[in-house]
Amino acid sequence: MSVVISNKAGVREPEGETILHDLVAKAGFEQIETIRAGKHLRIRVSARDPLAARKLVERMCNELRIFNPAAHSCEVSEARPIS
Amino acid sequence: MRVAVVRFPASNCDLDAVNALSKIKAVRPALVWHEDRTLKDYDAVVLPGGFSYGDYLRAGAIAATSPAIRIVKEMAEGGTPVLGICNGFQILVESGMLPGALLRNTTLRFVCRWVEIDVENNNTFFTAGLKNRQVLRMPIAHNEGRYFLPRHELDALEAAGRVVFRYCDDAGRATPGSNPTGTLHNIAGICNKAGNVVGLMPHPERASEGILSPFGTDDGSLILSHLGGAG
Repeated sequence: MSVVISNKAGVREPEGETILHDLVAKAGFEQIETIRAGKHLRIRVSARDPLAARKLVERMCNELRIFNPAAHSCEVSEARPIS
Repeated sequence: MRVAVVRFPASNCDLDAVNALSKIKAVRPALVWHEDRTLKDYDAVVLPGGFSYGDYLRAGAIAATSPAIRIVKEMAEGGTPVLGICNGFQILVESGMLPGALLRNTTLRFVCRWVEIDVENNNTFFTAGLKNRQVLRMPIAHNEGRYFLPRHELDALEAAGRVVFRYCDDAGRATPGSNPTGTLHNIAGICNKAGNVVGLMPHPERASEGILSPFGTDDGSLILSHLGGAG
């Protein structure tokens, strides 16, 4: 499973801003409008199916405060590598 | 007063805190390991600065789940004074004892320098007897000190007078130029509803003697001395 923790909309995220302004925009990728850096956890789960795995990981994220709900959003999904 | 300084793996201001507290009359400080259940026998708790658990996941997030913090929560609810300094403040926030989040500085830099903060609320255990708007000089040293709370909750925190310290200029004005980290409303420290739990990013223990300060000041002791019955 894949867990992505990032700042909520409206909460400034300076690392993504720097990547956008000082790397991506300077290199001419003008259609890239925003970049938000965050934290990524890749988790292997023993479960009977992907839905059960997802529910377990969601429960863990909430119970252990893997994200801080005041400032962060947390997305849990099945990990699908892009390369 | 018996004061526990809780030591987590990778705390590093714990001995500084014990040293500063040991110079206050009527304070008997002791280092207490975070898994030690004797914590409940103390009269007050200091959560010191450092990088508990390497700041992994988020600064303070793992220490917030330790046995000590479960005990500190119960003590705080019973009125025991609790002071969280820097990483200790981050732990208070991550444990839910204080609201909000301490996010990465907008400068993307570890900021290590002396700053001015002013006292915004002198009704807490640690600021009683100080003057409101009194300016204190203390050092900060952190990468994640940008206080954040959603707007409506921040408004409520402000209205309740729970902002205890704000970064300011020499004259006590909370200007954008005196905000070292991008923290909302120049917030440097806050308290719980009852005022017995205070968290702040600046380090009073590093400003507790004239010899430690480039200005010869000992403003940090004005906060710590309450543990000896001052104020």
